[in-house]
Amino acid sequence: MAPLRNLLDKVAPLFEEGGKWEKLYPLYEAADSFLYTPGKRTEGAVHVRDGMDIKRLMVTVVIALMPCTIWAMINTGWQQMLADPAHAEAVSLGLKSSWMTALSLGAWAFLPVYAVTIAVGGALEGVFATVRKHEINEGFLVTSMLFPLTLPPDLPLWMVGVGIAFGVVIGKEIFGGTGMNVLNPALTGRIFLFFAYPSYMSGSVWRILPAEGAVDGVTGATALGDLVGHGDVSQLGYTWADYFYGLVPGSMGETSALCCLLGAAFLIFTKVGSWRIMLSSLLGLCGMTLLLNALSGSGSTEAIRGYLAIGPEWHFVLGGFAFGAVFMATDPVSAAQTDTGRWIYGALIGALTPLVRVINPAYPEGVMLAIIFMNVFAPTIDYYVVKSNIKRREARLGVQ
Amino acid sequence: MDKATKKVLVDPLHVQNPITLQVLGICSALAVTTKVETALVMSAALTFVLVLSNVSISLLRNKIPGSVRIITQLSIIASLVVVADQLLQAFLFDVAKEISVFVTLIITNCIVMGRAEAFAMQNPPGKSALDGLSNSLGYSWVLIAVGLFRELLGSGKILNYTVFEASADGGWYVSNGLMVLSPSAFFLIGLIIWVQRALSPEMNEED
Repeated sequence: MAPLRNLLDKVAPLFEEGGKWEKLYPLYEAADSFLYTPGKRTEGAVHVRDGMDIKRLMVTVVIALMPCTIWAMINTGWQQMLADPAHAEAVSLGLKSSWMTALSLGAWAFLPVYAVTIAVGGALEGVFATVRKHEINEGFLVTSMLFPLTLPPDLPLWMVGVGIAFGVVIGKEIFGGTGMNVLNPALTGRIFLFFAYPSYMSGSVWRILPAEGAVDGVTGATALGDLVGHGDVSQLGYTWADYFYGLVPGSMGETSALCCLLGAAFLIFTKVGSWRIMLSSLLGLCGMTLLLNALSGSGSTEAIRGYLAIGPEWHFVLGGFAFGAVFMATDPVSAAQTDTGRWIYGALIGALTPLVRVINPAYPEGVMLAIIFMNVFAPTIDYYVVKSNIKRREARLGVQ
Repeated sequence: MDKATKKVLVDPLHVQNPITLQVLGICSALAVTTKVETALVMSAALTFVLVLSNVSISLLRNKIPGSVRIITQLSIIASLVVVADQLLQAFLFDVAKEISVFVTLIITNCIVMGRAEAFAMQNPPGKSALDGLSNSLGYSWVLIAVGLFRELLGSGKILNYTVFEASADGGWYVSNGLMVLSPSAFFLIGLIIWVQRALSPEMNEED
């Protein structure tokens, strides 16, 4: 690796103060610190520095996302094969023997979306870093990984670009960049697409990509869209295990609860993701679902009564709940910062999700709205947690 | 034109803009900007009310007792709003049906009250008329700009004239559904504020 280091050192004076490309220093700095540990030493008063910097934190999240990403490609390809008669032979052999075909087909769907995300989002990050003279942050590695995983695979690529542009600029840069954002940038981009192009994003979405010589692409409602209509899990056409393993149509990365659990285990093991948020959102989901179950007799139609009666184990595997709770809700910037605050924040995300799904038929999926909503509330929750702590300590010391 | 008059005329357009700096009149800016047409009519109604209320209040400024000045201003503004609303219903009934509720709410529009209290009560009628006009223009250009973007991006049209052929009608432009919803006006006004403050950093508050 020495030649690379030498090259970086050789061009360094061009970007440093007085150099020819001084203005582009953030771009150089990003390339350098992405490839190597920064050589800066602590100056001034001595303090402890942890090896756990933003770069390592973000790379850990990217590793935790790997099961979901690989499964996203396999499942996307598999769903396409299922619907395309040209692949009937490979399908009859089963996923175990033709997973390579599925993976390559899925990669063909996923990688363009990922490439557009990186290109558009990365360019905007670069522009903002250069104009505002701050460093390009590794946080975008995670944003750019999360964003494509939340999208349906047949979304037009220009929409992907518009979505990530909105997410990066409105979700992050106008607040001052990484660490200052109120909302999760990837979710902000998705929520923009959801409201701007609802027919592409929810309800009746994709089943397969248009394949050459085959049908024009099949569309059908996803499970959550279906349930609003009939409220009966036995009519979905898939078993609970299918939803748990993720062999169902849906947005690319969120279908498999199992892959999300693997990611969660890795995040908790490395202490990067907050287990409090993940656990409390699960508890919130169970609590609210059980409450809805208890109220199921009060629904006005058969479909509503059926939907109210669906148990927490279904709400856990359907839609993007597991993905959102593990990777979106735990975003260290936009989540609550205090431990007590995290319990409240997570529990409310979990509770709001089934509430939106069941009570509001206009929005089949609630987890995205729940997380963005609680992102907005996180600072308020923290404020009151800190206040009450101060009050308790003052009372103990008899100050008041 | 002397410097003070110029300031009265120019400031509300940019550095003292009633919407983007003082953040007044926001509710109508969100509600009537889905189309350029409604934004234009709303702007005209506000201009009518604001100029005439400034002039009338300025004429009466030495006669209005301080203790009842707010209610006096309000009754003048309310009378003018009723006239504006009736005029719209008489001559522009289709548009009036859509925005009538927001026209009547001009009574509580903080820009009108604000100018009466802050300017017309201290200045002669001519100057007050000028102040009313420039503040209306400051309000109007923001409203029309927001309406322009929302109608263009939301349905591919400007003043009902098709600019982008929408995909629903067989064209290429996929309408942006967010632009039809009120929150998009927040984003657009926010972006206008961003551009303005980037151009004139003196508009930034001190930390």
